[in-house]
Amino acid sequence: MKYEAVIGLEVHLHLNTRTKAFCGCSTEFGKEPNTQVCPVCLGFPGSLPVYNQAALDYAIKVALALNCRVQEYTKFDRKNYFYPDLPKNYQVSQYDLPLSVHGFLDIELNGQLKRIGITRVHMEEDAGKLIHQENASLVDFNRTGIPLLEIVSEPDINSPEEAYEYLAMLKSTIQYLDVSDCDMEKGSLRCDANISLRPAGTKILGVKTELKNMNSFKGVKDALSYEIRRQAEMLDSGEKLRQDTRLWDAKAQETIAMRTKEGAKDYRYFPEPDLPPFIIKEDKIAEIKKTIPELPKEKMQRFIKDYGLTEYVAKILVASKQGALFAEECLKKTTDKNIKSVANWIIGPLSALTSSTCAIHELNISADNLAGLVDLVENEKIISNLTGKIVLEEMCKTGKTAKAIVEEKNLAQISDSQSLNSIIEEAIKENPKSVADFKAGKANALMFLVGQVMRKSSGKANPKVVQELIRKRLANA
Amino acid sequence: MSIDKKTVEDVAHLSRIELGEKELEKLSGQLEHILAFIDKLSSLNTENIAPTNHILPLNNVLRKDEPQSSLPIKKTLQNAPEKQGNSFVVPKVIE
Ligand SMILES: [Zn+2]
Repeated sequence: MKYEAVIGLEVHLHLNTRTKAFCGCSTEFGKEPNTQVCPVCLGFPGSLPVYNQAALDYAIKVALALNCRVQEYTKFDRKNYFYPDLPKNYQVSQYDLPLSVHGFLDIELNGQLKRIGITRVHMEEDAGKLIHQENASLVDFNRTGIPLLEIVSEPDINSPEEAYEYLAMLKSTIQYLDVSDCDMEKGSLRCDANISLRPAGTKILGVKTELKNMNSFKGVKDALSYEIRRQAEMLDSGEKLRQDTRLWDAKAQETIAMRTKEGAKDYRYFPEPDLPPFIIKEDKIAEIKKTIPELPKEKMQRFIKDYGLTEYVAKILVASKQGALFAEECLKKTTDKNIKSVANWIIGPLSALTSSTCAIHELNISADNLAGLVDLVENEKIISNLTGKIVLEEMCKTGKTAKAIVEEKNLAQISDSQSLNSIIEEAIKENPKSVADFKAGKANALMFLVGQVMRKSSGKANPKVVQELIRKRLANA
Repeated sequence: MSIDKKTVEDVAHLSRIELGEKELEKLSGQLEHILAFIDKLSSLNTENIAPTNHILPLNNVLRKDEPQSSLPIKKTLQNAPEKQGNSFVVPKVIE
């Protein structure tokens, strides 16, 4: 049978405040275990939590950017469960009066716009980290109490590709807000998924599985694809699905059922008596709204409109806020004629020079210098595309202009027939078989000869001129 | 509301306490009595009263995002029944 997947995603996001949610301990990543803890985040009796102003502001900012309605009255609740990474034996979270509800995020897939509903964005705190050893587990509470947001989507996602796109858009949008580094490797962004199948075209609710332990967007996509196959096979063979929690094993590329005790998920939520509620007024919301910059979706649409870029190119250019700022600076400094080329240079050769530690705007290349390079390639035909890439790498190393590098290294393209003819003669003499092949009508033979000339000229010959010259030369021979 | 032995067992499990057969019997009776006492509250008419989410007339209690010093590691681990290096040691837990 043909099935349709029904997927909802739950994202947990670290807010990049300097201190924890309820105490002044630092949130800095990668410190020695248990050096960023105090009586509050260790859950000592008698200690009193006070919420972080910045965490509340950031949370409201995210909620607004995700088009949520921020509730005027919101409060914390205790979610009770026993686990050694949770020193209080409850997590401070939100239950019936969350910070915000009814949002949405638009995603684009294959040129199609789709709106994914966001059920709620609420505030909570992170738990500690467990390191499992042979006979015992070690507990590090440095992460305990770091402010978290939980972002819950509606089950509006229908494929692993849509899930991936939703996560990419969510991450991009949040990075524009400067409230989280959204780094899955550091655990500052984590994602769980709910998935069920139903016969395509129906509204029947299937039995849903909860997927955990995915540590990359690709992992989420792979886990969902696996789960769709697994559930479809079971349904087809008439087996009954169980509502369970499954862990993604990236190595084995499969999901494994988790052993959970019956009734273990009784969280007994109740209002957190140590933390008074928040009343969030219109003026506060308006004030925070003002700090939200142009978001990737709007920026992409503007790039398409203002610069005549394709959706594909615009989407890549706006993926990161700093990258988009750099791209726009470059586009502004370019003549209309060269805009598309500059955009292609940015998403192509320039992006190829970036690394995880050096983003596009951190490369040693100014907008002026990039525009200058593209001008040499596109307008003046002084260098070929290939040489252009070599010049770009040199620019990156030295910060010099393209013109200076071309002069210094004598890279200018050879286009005059006099200089080229002697090299062409040589190539023809050395490759009589190709010449014969060309005369016999084999088009490949011409490209081979052009290639030989390019090699002899160390890539400096203008390939178009060379091709023309060889053609003429052989026609006369 | 009646509290049977099964309910007491469940609550005991959630609280991670072990109860003997006799204690279960005794506690079912006691809990039933306690709940009946609390249940008197439901006889009040609360139709026009907003739910109380917090007992104090306070809201928007916040602090600035400014780091304070944390505990020295010696103090942090002072009461730990078992420790290894900088870490607390607990029985192995794997879900
Ligand atoms: Zn602390």
